[in-house]
Amino acid sequence: MTQPLPFRKVYGPAIILAGITLFGLLSALLGDGVWNALSWVALAVPLVVFAWNYLKG
Amino acid sequence: MLTAQKVRTWYRIHKWTSLICTAFLLMACLTGLPLIFTDELEAIVAPHVAPAVAKVGAPNASLDRMVTEAQQEFPSLHPYGLFWDEDEPRVFVNMSPSDTPKAGEIRQVIFDAHTGRLLEVPKDRFDLIEFLFRLHSEMFLGLPGELVMGVMALSFVISLLSGVLVYGPFMRRLRFGTYRSKSTSRTRWFDLHNLLGIVTLTWALVVGATGVMNAVATPLFGLWRMQTLPKILEPYRGKPEPTHFGSLDAAMKQVAAALPATEHGSVLFPNKVVGSPRHYIVWNKGKTPVTSRLFTPVLVDVETGAMTISNGLPWYLRALEVSRPLHFGDYGGLPLKILWALFDVALIVVLMSGLYLWLSHRRTPVEKELDRLVSLEERQGVALTR
Repeated sequence: MTQPLPFRKVYGPAIILAGITLFGLLSALLGDGVWNALSWVALAVPLVVFAWNYLKG
Repeated sequence: MLTAQKVRTWYRIHKWTSLICTAFLLMACLTGLPLIFTDELEAIVAPHVAPAVAKVGAPNASLDRMVTEAQQEFPSLHPYGLFWDEDEPRVFVNMSPSDTPKAGEIRQVIFDAHTGRLLEVPKDRFDLIEFLFRLHSEMFLGLPGELVMGVMALSFVISLLSGVLVYGPFMRRLRFGTYRSKSTSRTRWFDLHNLLGIVTLTWALVVGATGVMNAVATPLFGLWRMQTLPKILEPYRGKPEPTHFGSLDAAMKQVAAALPATEHGSVLFPNKVVGSPRHYIVWNKGKTPVTSRLFTPVLVDVETGAMTISNGLPWYLRALEVSRPLHFGDYGGLPLKILWALFDVALIVVLMSGLYLWLSHRRTPVEKELDRLVSLEERQGVALTR
């Protein structure tokens, strides 16, 4: 059995995705125009991460 | 730091909170999916008569005349409230048989906000959007149903948080994003549950938490009304209730002068149960993306025209109003709605995979697998999570 991964490897990507999602959720709420577009890009990230890993697996 | 015992406890919490809310959440996901596209669906299902094209700053037509006309359309009902369409210059006058109308009892009369022309009286027929919304938010049970959905949403939030805590111990030996497509069906569902669950976590938390807030909105507004209204009504004690209502146009003019940075959102007519028995309650809103969701209630005496501006809503109601769109996903154009729908479908998959893992646990108990992983950790003297 391999050595367990350190905390930052287990939860690190999740925390980064949480930050990106939160930015995406709030930017369209608090701003308009370009902030809406940024929101779309940010919220697509977690879904793309899923699709990438799913198709790769 | 989580000890082995704590991991087991969190796992049990994750399992039970999930099982409690899964059926309700599946219903909410399935009904919520079309509700994201309410505007688009309404344009197809129930196309409406468009108002005349108006210049910017065109004067508004008389609301009093609209109310009179609506009254003529429905002589047996009384004016309940009116509101302005957010997208087009339209005024909706709601007519109701009572102060607490039940589903389907309200009849609407729609006017052009600038010309005052009666645009249409929507036919009283089955409203799919309304049906889905009521199923989604209260299962046709009224306030008790709303509260049940609130408890389910809370259970969902706890399930998500406990899920994050047990994610670590399960993933300590797997690279982030692991999906073993060539493995057994149980492993595949397990990987899918973890991967999809962790990437959609923040969205699910936000929608779950705002779901809880929406579910308690009615009692919270009721609480505020109970705290505020008796003070405002105190001077009127013993006086008979007004029978003739003064001009709404004059009331709106006063409110606009007192709150220049706002625009009108809706008006609630005198109402013994949800409003004030002797005031128009005018809800004005700000003009920026954030403040347009913050409503300031102004009470205008229907007889004397005397105006009372309450000192704003308490913080919890403001938080509720600003965060509301975060539940519906309709605040950032069509692409955001499509993303919202994808997240919704992802959540359905997380629910189904979780259900599958639980149903198949008799053959390979998750607890046993967890015990194995945990004891392995303990033997190595490594803390599970920090």
